Amino acid sequence: MNDLVKNKEKDKLAKDDRLEVNNMELRFGGVTALSRLSYDIGQSQITAIIGPNGAGKTSNLNCINGFYQPQRGEISFNDKKINGLPPYKIAQLGISRTFQNMQLYTGLSTVDNLMAARHIHLRPKLLASCLYYGWGRNKEIKHREIVEEIIDFLEMEPIRHKIVGSLPYGERKRVDLGRALALEPRLLLLDEPMAGMNVEEKEDMARFIIDINELRKIPIVLVEHDMGVVMDICDKVIVLDFGVKVAEGSPEEIKTNPDVIRVYLGDEG
Amino acid sequence: MGAYCPCGTRNFNYKKDMAIVRTPFHWAALVILLLLLFLFPTFFGGVLVNLVNEIAIITLAVMGLNILTGLCGQISLGQSAFMCVGAYTTGILAATYNIHFLVALPCGALGAGIIGLVFGLPSVKIKGFYIAMATLAAQFIIPALIATPLEFITNGSNSLRIPSPELGGIVFNSPQSMFYIIIPITVIMVFFAENLTRTGIGRAFVAIRDDDLAADVMGIDIFRYKLLAFFVCAVYAGMAGGLWAYWLRSINPDHFHLHESIKFLGMLVVGGMGSIPGAVFGVSFLLFMDYFVREFGMQMSTFFPMWAPAFQQASVPLLYGLVIVLFLIFEPRGLAHRWTVLKSSYRLRPFSY
Repeated sequence: MNDLVKNKEKDKLAKDDRLEVNNMELRFGGVTALSRLSYDIGQSQITAIIGPNGAGKTSNLNCINGFYQPQRGEISFNDKKINGLPPYKIAQLGISRTFQNMQLYTGLSTVDNLMAARHIHLRPKLLASCLYYGWGRNKEIKHREIVEEIIDFLEMEPIRHKIVGSLPYGERKRVDLGRALALEPRLLLLDEPMAGMNVEEKEDMARFIIDINELRKIPIVLVEHDMGVVMDICDKVIVLDFGVKVAEGSPEEIKTNPDVIRVYLGDEG
Repeated sequence: MGAYCPCGTRNFNYKKDMAIVRTPFHWAALVILLLLLFLFPTFFGGVLVNLVNEIAIITLAVMGLNILTGLCGQISLGQSAFMCVGAYTTGILAATYNIHFLVALPCGALGAGIIGLVFGLPSVKIKGFYIAMATLAAQFIIPALIATPLEFITNGSNSLRIPSPELGGIVFNSPQSMFYIIIPITVIMVFFAENLTRTGIGRAFVAIRDDDLAADVMGIDIFRYKLLAFFVCAVYAGMAGGLWAYWLRSINPDHFHLHESIKFLGMLVVGGMGSIPGAVFGVSFLLFMDYFVREFGMQMSTFFPMWAPAFQQASVPLLYGLVIVLFLIFEPRGLAHRWTVLKSSYRLRPFSY
């Protein structure tokens, strides 16, 4: 917890992290996945992106990550243009994410999965790694302490040394979130963190997300299908349909927005 | 007490949790093992010592392959070609320029590393099966290049003769004396490989193997680390090649054939991919088996003279194939997995869970 508190204090001094998406357009051949999408995320808010299947929610995250290059428009993080950068450079700026299907390193233990995400802070050197004793080990221990704080925070102590490939679904989801946190993100993207979970696990996950947001003061983008969760924990909701932004606003505004109702329930006539 | 009741062992700090040697019993075992290894040539004859020398050299080559294929997931069919580069770099430095072996060996390793980097470049665009094809190119190009166009320095297929290494008046010209060059280098490099595996670079390699997209998003420069894996892999092969040159004292491009590369992969499979002890186990197991089967074949051919060629020539490859297939079916995680099972059952003793 210590490091979370420390970060909280540090972040009070730092300015708000801010992601701006301006007029983004993404096409796959003839199919337009996203068109003229503009929004901005900041002020340490939890923002949900919702929409029916195929609305472009995950494509949108993939553009922010650098997996996809949008054909038009600009994405900037803290006033730095990030579209066009390779994914690992974007990660170094502090944008971290979880995956819909949890693309974990299944051959590594939980601790090592989280340690692997410390990579951008650890910056391993070949010689120090080979010699291990001395500098290499001290660095490992320093980062191990930070990782253990995250393990503590996400209540993963029993699975610390288990190989991730052998863990059940719910715990893997948690490791995925832990890995994203271990990168010390300035912006956290969560791709369906609640998918396939039971009520208890969803409650745990919602609690973690709120805690992360409050302790680390970082903006969180959440792609989610569970409306109950979205309406409860989010500060802002963006609704997409066929790659177009239908509505944007607080959960209360979204609930009563006629366009959103049309997207989800279809036309009346 | 740790030795008698291992399940009571607890780690109270991260330094201890990450250490390899954790209990006094471990320390004792390590010291005794190193001592036995040191005294080995005084107890055993030249044949067995030579076999252990060969095992140590091949272990280095397979260790490199283990880092590239087992950890980083890039299948390589060119390991014996990289070994060839190391052998010839070391050999030419030693034979033609009379350079001391303590300089020639690292030069050979580095030379092989640089060639490995060059053949790792295609990995920026291709992966999986196709990168195996790209390394196959190395396997075809390098020995052929050494055999003919570079004949003026490599002596081509007429073999290059290498003088025995010398240090402080001692000439290392017998299997027993070579043992004291080969084994320390192998032990140190295996230790380095273990350290590499358990620190940041090893984790980055495994991240690339298990999920390269996620590794990219988590800030790992995939291309750089793939190249690093190729470099380290080839450095190990180069060192193995250099030692091979000093050990045989005569090298020939034919020693570094494609089927050696494939054999290395087989050893890795038998030992267990991605495991440092696994590579050692795999090489030792297969080379010991090779030796005993050959001896057995010799014995049998005196009893059954009409089947002599069959016993002498076919028994080793036949058994090789059989062992690899059986391992793939029954223990795809290799001998290393058996070793982990054994260790954890010991660790939990006297309880079964």
